[in-house]
Amino acid sequence: MKRSLFSIVTLLVLTGMILSACGPSAATTEAPTSSEKTVTIGFTSSLTGSQENNSKRQVNGFNLWMDQVNSAGGIKLSDGTVVKFAAQTYDDESNTERVQALYTTLINDDNADFLISPYSSGLTAAASIVAEQNGKVMITTGAAEDATYQTGNTGLFQIYTPGSLYMASSVDMLQKIDPAAKVALVYEASKFSQSVIDGIKPYLADKGFEVVLEESYDPGTTDFGPVVNKMISAGATVLLGGGHYDDGTAFARTLSERNAGLKFAFLLVAPADNKFSELGDAALGIAVSSQWELAATHTEQEATNLGVEWFGPTGQDFADAYQAAYGDSPTYHVAGGYTAGLVLQKAIIDADSVDPEAVKAALNNMDIMTFFGGTKFDTSADAHGLQIAHKMVVAQWQKNDAGELQRVLIAPPDVATAQPLYGGELVP
Amino acid sequence: MQQINLLLTSLPDGILLGFVYGLAAMGLTLIWGVMNVINLSHGPIIALGMFGTFILFIRMGINPYLGLLVIAGLGLLLGALIYFVAVHRVINAPHLSSLLATFSVNMIIIGIGTAVFTTSPYNVDFSLGSFQLGKTTILGTRLVAAFIAIFVSGGLYLFLYRTRPGKFIRAVTNNRMAAELMGVPSTRILALSFGLGTMLAAVSGGLIATFFPFSILSGGGYELKSFVIGVLGGLGNPIGALFGGLILGILESSVSAFLNTAWVPVIEFGLFVIILLIRPSGLFGAKQ
Repeated sequence: MKRSLFSIVTLLVLTGMILSACGPSAATTEAPTSSEKTVTIGFTSSLTGSQENNSKRQVNGFNLWMDQVNSAGGIKLSDGTVVKFAAQTYDDESNTERVQALYTTLINDDNADFLISPYSSGLTAAASIVAEQNGKVMITTGAAEDATYQTGNTGLFQIYTPGSLYMASSVDMLQKIDPAAKVALVYEASKFSQSVIDGIKPYLADKGFEVVLEESYDPGTTDFGPVVNKMISAGATVLLGGGHYDDGTAFARTLSERNAGLKFAFLLVAPADNKFSELGDAALGIAVSSQWELAATHTEQEATNLGVEWFGPTGQDFADAYQAAYGDSPTYHVAGGYTAGLVLQKAIIDADSVDPEAVKAALNNMDIMTFFGGTKFDTSADAHGLQIAHKMVVAQWQKNDAGELQRVLIAPPDVATAQPLYGGELVP
Repeated sequence: MQQINLLLTSLPDGILLGFVYGLAAMGLTLIWGVMNVINLSHGPIIALGMFGTFILFIRMGINPYLGLLVIAGLGLLLGALIYFVAVHRVINAPHLSSLLATFSVNMIIIGIGTAVFTTSPYNVDFSLGSFQLGKTTILGTRLVAAFIAIFVSGGLYLFLYRTRPGKFIRAVTNNRMAAELMGVPSTRILALSFGLGTMLAAVSGGLIATFFPFSILSGGGYELKSFVIGVLGGLGNPIGALFGGLILGILESSVSAFLNTAWVPVIEFGLFVIILLIRPSGLFGAKQ
């Protein structure tokens, strides 16, 4: 009996050893040569849960950047070292608690050299605490909330325009079209949306707009009927609000079904996704601030005019590469993921090193333009890492001549590709 | 005055939605009433009903209301399957065993659903238009859903009180051992009851899909509402669940007229706790 038990245990141990030997290594896919260094970039992605849609796109963008850099031979440093990249990632399930545990694992067990943020401000705020405690550089993308960068961090660097500036272009446009508009601020009770609203309220007051309703809603809300009834009751003509993808689609659908009588509806995040058009006519007229649109992609000429350094591919090359790799046109979440890698690449080139302190210093000194837009970070102690060079555009779902829904640019005027649809009519 | 107007505007909507909530809760409370099992796979089954409408309408072009017949049939079969695979062996065990069994089914359905559908939201672009009732906009889809919920509840009542299998279910509910001694095939009746409960959940999901976007995780919220409704309508009283749903729908619309909508779950679950404390068997349940 004892011998057979011993045999079984031995067999199990041997099987385990064989399986572990056959399993994939944590991060590196090739044995590095003596002059080659593989840098591990750690991040979590939301493969499931409420942030899945945009998180997956963000990761696709990052992976595209990594594949391109590695297949182009990596980054060559002056001492002859060739730097290549490997990603280590886990599913955070859109869950804040998991994010903190997983970033600890990425740093302590997987020895990640640099970190990319998860998608969304809430998850990034959680991850940033772990990153900062361990002195890691974290490039944040898909994380616009301002407050995360105002807590004395020194290793965070934000790619997106901060949340407090998200709606400024839309309000500027409104002031020209309808300065008497009555505004309803209805938004998801989340860190990101709250920062957007906190930023836009004083701006609306400065411009003389009347806010007739301010209301937040639970992130899991699907029934927006009561909220829309409140907007109607308050006499709102313009809606500025929303949060993320799931609530945004439900909100847009209710607005359409209820015939809320709005002249203009702006929702955060959701309308920037290509899937938003699946709502059909409910998507028509819904506007969104976008961090990047191919129609308004930034160019080398623009960089030259501004006197800043240009870096990376053109927007069209990026879009073509993404289309070829994923069979879809890139959204701003894809572009943000790609740019996170691009900015890290530029910092390593500038530092001529992968030493975290040298890379951090390069990021602090960075002032460049990519196809995504300007990249320059606040270096003050009060808001270190906050993005200060990137600008947003306003897009809106309209129908083309064939009656198909498409996202067009309506503001600011220098990049607009169409007139805004306001009160059911195109206005100059 | 503005709040009163808002309340009057929101109330019809709350009532219509309340009937559908009631239908969703009816399945949960039926299973609890017959076999004392808290079905934690209730939420994912509601979500499966939503995907049923999506597949039948968007992919196959079948009218969502005709598709409900298919969803009901599949729901009944799925429920019977879950009963025999996960519940039957633990039905006489302590409550924790059946809780864990149905929780496992819950995780299996969510896991498979996530693999197949992801957790991204889906939308059934279906509309029956709307009409104005005073200042209120009544959506056609919600009106039809409410009528269907009432119709199904009526059907369930007739089934339980006018048919032989229905009487068997009531007999098993009252005293399983006595029913068995009288020749009632209790195992089959329990499987039928679980199947009916699952069918009701799936049908309610199929109706909800016609007016809200959803994902495989969406059933969780309705499962929680079903617990509140179960308590409001009386635990184990499926017809009372319809009234419980109505109360919840009215409550949701009333609260949001006076307070920020973020307070709705606080009020809902606060009420849940208060009723449990004052009347543990529910508002319309038998006194203990």
